[in-house]
Amino acid sequence: MTIGSDLNIILPEIVLSVFALFALVGAAYAGKDKLGPLLVWVTSALMAAVGVWIGMSGDGTNIAFNGMFVDDGFSRFAKVTILLSAAAVLLMSQEYMARRDLLRFEYPLLVALAAVGMMMMVSAGDLIALYMGLELQSLALYVVAALRRDSVKSTEAGLKYFVLGALSSGLLLYGASLVYGYSGTTLFSGIVQTAEHGQVSLGLLFGIVFLVAGLAFKVSAVPFHMWTPDVYEGSPTPITAFFATAPKVAAMGLFARVLFDAFDGAVADWSQIIALLSLLSMFLGAVAAIGQRNIKRLMAYSSIAHMGYALMGLASGTELGVQAMLIYMAIYVTMNVGTFAFILMMERDGAPVVDIDALNMYSKAEPGKALAMLVLLFSLAGVPPMLGFFGKLYVLRAAYEGGLAWLAVAGVVASVIGAFYYLRIVYYMYFGEEREALDRTNPPVLWGLLMISAVAMVVGIVNMFGVEGAAAAAAAVLVN
Amino acid sequence: MSGYLLSAVCFIPALAALIMALFLRGDDDAAQLNAKRFALVTTTVTFIISLGILTQFDASNTGFQFVEEGEWLVGLKYKMGVDGISVLFVMLTTFIMPLTILASWGVTTRVKEYMIAFLMLETLMLGVFMALDLVLFYLFFEAGLIPMFLIIGIWGGANRIYASFKFFLYTFLGSVLMLVAMVAMYSDAGTTDIEALLTHEFAFETFSLLGIQIVGGMQTLMFLAFFASFAVKMPMWPVHTWLPDAHVQAPTAGSVVLAAILLKMGGYGFLRFSIPMFPVGSEVMTPLVLWMSAIAIVYTSLVALVQEDMKKLIAYSSVAHMGFVTMGIFATTQQGLDGAIFQMLSHGFISAALFLCVGVIYDRMHTRDIDAYGGLVNRMPAYALVFMLFTMANVGLPGTSGFVGEFLTLMGTFPVNTWVTAVACSGVIFSAAYALWLYRRVVFGDLIKESLKTINDMSMREKVTFAPLIVMTILLGVYPALITDVIGPATAALKSHYDTALAAAEAATQHASN
Repeated sequence: MTIGSDLNIILPEIVLSVFALFALVGAAYAGKDKLGPLLVWVTSALMAAVGVWIGMSGDGTNIAFNGMFVDDGFSRFAKVTILLSAAAVLLMSQEYMARRDLLRFEYPLLVALAAVGMMMMVSAGDLIALYMGLELQSLALYVVAALRRDSVKSTEAGLKYFVLGALSSGLLLYGASLVYGYSGTTLFSGIVQTAEHGQVSLGLLFGIVFLVAGLAFKVSAVPFHMWTPDVYEGSPTPITAFFATAPKVAAMGLFARVLFDAFDGAVADWSQIIALLSLLSMFLGAVAAIGQRNIKRLMAYSSIAHMGYALMGLASGTELGVQAMLIYMAIYVTMNVGTFAFILMMERDGAPVVDIDALNMYSKAEPGKALAMLVLLFSLAGVPPMLGFFGKLYVLRAAYEGGLAWLAVAGVVASVIGAFYYLRIVYYMYFGEEREALDRTNPPVLWGLLMISAVAMVVGIVNMFGVEGAAAAAAAVLVN
Repeated sequence: MSGYLLSAVCFIPALAALIMALFLRGDDDAAQLNAKRFALVTTTVTFIISLGILTQFDASNTGFQFVEEGEWLVGLKYKMGVDGISVLFVMLTTFIMPLTILASWGVTTRVKEYMIAFLMLETLMLGVFMALDLVLFYLFFEAGLIPMFLIIGIWGGANRIYASFKFFLYTFLGSVLMLVAMVAMYSDAGTTDIEALLTHEFAFETFSLLGIQIVGGMQTLMFLAFFASFAVKMPMWPVHTWLPDAHVQAPTAGSVVLAAILLKMGGYGFLRFSIPMFPVGSEVMTPLVLWMSAIAIVYTSLVALVQEDMKKLIAYSSVAHMGFVTMGIFATTQQGLDGAIFQMLSHGFISAALFLCVGVIYDRMHTRDIDAYGGLVNRMPAYALVFMLFTMANVGLPGTSGFVGEFLTLMGTFPVNTWVTAVACSGVIFSAAYALWLYRRVVFGDLIKESLKTINDMSMREKVTFAPLIVMTILLGVYPALITDVIGPATAALKSHYDTALAAAEAATQHASN
C-alpha cells in the first residue's frame, strides 16, 4: 500500500486541516479579526461541504496507515453527523459572537481543528491514533471554552475543563498502556485477538476499565460528569451549543469503536460497566436538572441524561444497540441545535438571559418560536409523536433484546422524572404570567435553525429522513 | 376514497388545525369568531364523514374493517382499522367534538390556540381507537397528553398548574411501563401488528423473579405493565387521584373531552390488549381487578357525597361509573363485555352532559360551589329539566342509557363473583344519593341568594348543545340494541377467543405437569 492511497483515504481530514492552517497564517498577516465573520461562513460552508462529500462517497471499508485509520460506514455516519452539526452551530454563533466582540479569527479555525480531531477519533483503529484525535479535539475545545478572556466564569470553565480533561486523558493513557502491556499491540485489530475467546486477563480488564473511565469523561457520563454543568454555564452560549453536539457524537463514536473493534471478545465484561454508567447518567441527569433555573446548566444535565440513553444502546453489546445509539445521537444533535438556537435568542436589551423565569408567557409575544420550542422540549422529554420518542424506542428495544430489561425499565422511569423539568419550561412559556418581555429579535440563521429542527422533529416520524437505514448499515460494519 | 376513510376522518381535524395555525391571523373579535366557526365546521364535517364508517360497517364481520396498511420505521407499520369494539368509540369521539366546540363559544382568551389544541386532540383520540399497530397506538395514546396538558394549563382554573403537571406526569408514568412491555412483545412476536399479536400466544410458564413466583409468567408481567397504563387512564381506584384535580381545573370543554372520551381509552385498552393478548395474565389478576372495581364503586361514591365542588363530585362519580366498566370487562362474560362497552358509551354522553350542565351555570356565576346555588328551578326551568334528565341517567334510571350499562355489567358479573356484584349493587344506591342530593341543593328550594336573582335560562346555543345528548341518552335507554347489535358479534368473538386461549393454556399446563 502506497502512501498515496493512504493519503487519499484521509483526504477530507487533510482538506480541513490544510484550510485551517492556511487560514490561520493568512488571517494572522491580514486584517486579523476583521476576517472573523467571513471565516465563520467559509469554515462552516467547508465543513458542511466535506460532510456532504463524505456522505456521498462510496461504501466499503478503507484502511490506511496499517490499520491506524479506518474509513468505514460507521465512521462516515459519525463524521457526517459531526460535520453537519458543527457547521450548523458555527453558523449560529456568528451573530452572537460578533456583537460581543468575541469573533476572533481563531475561533472558527479552532472549531475546524476540533472537527478534524473528532473525525480522527471516530476513525481511529489504534490506541495512538485514538489519543491523537482525542487530544487534538480536546485542546481546541479547552481554548474555545475560555474564549472570553475577560470573563471569570469563562476562564474558570476553560481551566476546569482543562484540568479535569487532562486527568481523564491520564486515566485513558494509563488504560491504554495496560492494554498495550497485556496484548502487545496498540492496534485494535491486534487487541481484539488477545481477548477473542472471552479469556480476558486481569491486566487487560483493568486497561478496559481505565479506558472506559477516560472515555466516559468525554461523553460526560456519571460519575465523570462533574465538569459538564460548570463548563456549559461558563462558556459563551454558542460554545456551549458546540460542546453539547459534535464532541458528544465523536466521543460516543469513539466509545463504540473501542468497545467493538478492540474488545469485542469481552462484551460480557464491559457491558456491565456501560450499563451502570447509563443507569447513573439517566437518573442523575433527570433528578439534578430539576433544581436548575439556569437554562444552560439545565441543558448540561439534560445532555448527561441523554448520554445515559445513548449508552444504553451500547450496553446491549449488539448490532441493534449500535444502530440505536447512532440514531439516538443523530436525533439528539438535531434537537440540541434547535434548542440552543432558541437559547441564543433569549436576550433582554441585547444581553443574554439564561434564567428560565424570563420565559414567562413567551408564547404570547412569540407564538411561533414558543411552539417550536414546545415541540423540541417534548421531543427532548421523549414524548410521542416527536422524533425524540423514536430515539428512546430504539435504545429500549436494543436494551431489552440485549437482556437488559431492567435497564429499559429504569430508563423509562428516569424519562418520566426528566419530563418534569422540560414541562416546567413549557409552563413558563405558556402558563406563566406576563412580565418583562424578552427582546423580539429574530436573527434569520437562528430562527431558521430553530424552525428546521422543530419541523424535523415532527416530519421526521414519517421516515426519519433515511437515517434509520444509514445507521443500520453503519452498525453492521462495526459489529460483525 | 373509501379505502382511506379512516385516515381521512382521523387527520381532517389535524389538517384543519394546521391551516388555522398558518393562515388565521390576528386576535380581534372577528378572528376569534372565525376560529370558532372553522373549528365547528371541521368537527361537524368530520362527524358527517365518520357516519360513512358506521353505515358501511358490517357488524357480522368480527375481523377488522376499513384496514389501511403501509410500511413505517423500525419495522413498524402504519395500520388503521376498526372492529365492533372500536367503531363506536370512533363515532363517540366525532359526535362529542362538535358539542365541545359549541360549549367553548364563550372562550375569549387565545381562541385560536384553544381551537388548535382541541382539533389536534381529536385527531389523536381518533387515532387511538383506529390504530392497529402497537407503537402507532402508543404514539396516539401518549401524544394526547400534550394538548390536554396545554388545555388544562392555559385555560384552566386557579390551581391549573398543579393539576396539569399531575395529570401529565401521572399518566406518563403509567404509560412508559406499557412501552417497555410493547418492546418486549415486539421482541417476542417479531411484529407490532395488533391483528397478528391477537393470535400470538405469549409465554405463560410460571417463573421466579427476584425470588417471587410469578404465576402466568411473562403474560402476567405484560398484563401488569399494560394495567399500569390503563388503570391510571381509566382511572381505577387507587390511582384515580389525578382525575378530580384535572377535571376541576380544566375548562368545561376540557372536562367534557376528558370524561367522555379520554377515560374510555383505558377501557378500550383492556378490551383490545389485556384480555385477548394476555388471557392467562388476565385470569390471574381478575380477582384483584374485580375487587378494585367494587371498592372504586363504593368508595368513590361515598367520596362524591361529601364534595363541595360540583365538578369534583361529577369527577368522582365518573370514577365510580368506570368501576362498573372494569368490573364488566374482567367478568369476561358476554353480558359483562357488552355492558362495559355500553356503559362507556353511555357514560360518554351522560358525563359530557353533566359537565356541560356545570359549565352552563359556571359561565353565569363563575363558581362551582354547590353552596352558592339553590332554587335555580325558579329562574331556569329548562335548565332544571335538562339537569334532571342527566342526573337520573347518571343514577341509572330505567329508560335512560345509564341503566342498561350498569344492569348488564352487574348481570354479567353475578355468575362470576357474587360478592363483588353485591358490593357493586350498593354503589348504585350511593350514586342515587349523591346525584339526587346534588340536584336538590342546586335546583330546588327557594331562590334566596341575591346573586342568583338575575340568572337567565339556557340560551339557544346551549339548548342546541344539549339536544343531541338528550336524544342519545333516551334513545339508547329505550332501544339498547342500537349498540349491542354492533358490538355483540365482536364481544362474542372476544369471549370465545379468551375461553379458547385459557383452555389451551390449561391443557398445556396439565401436559407439562404430567
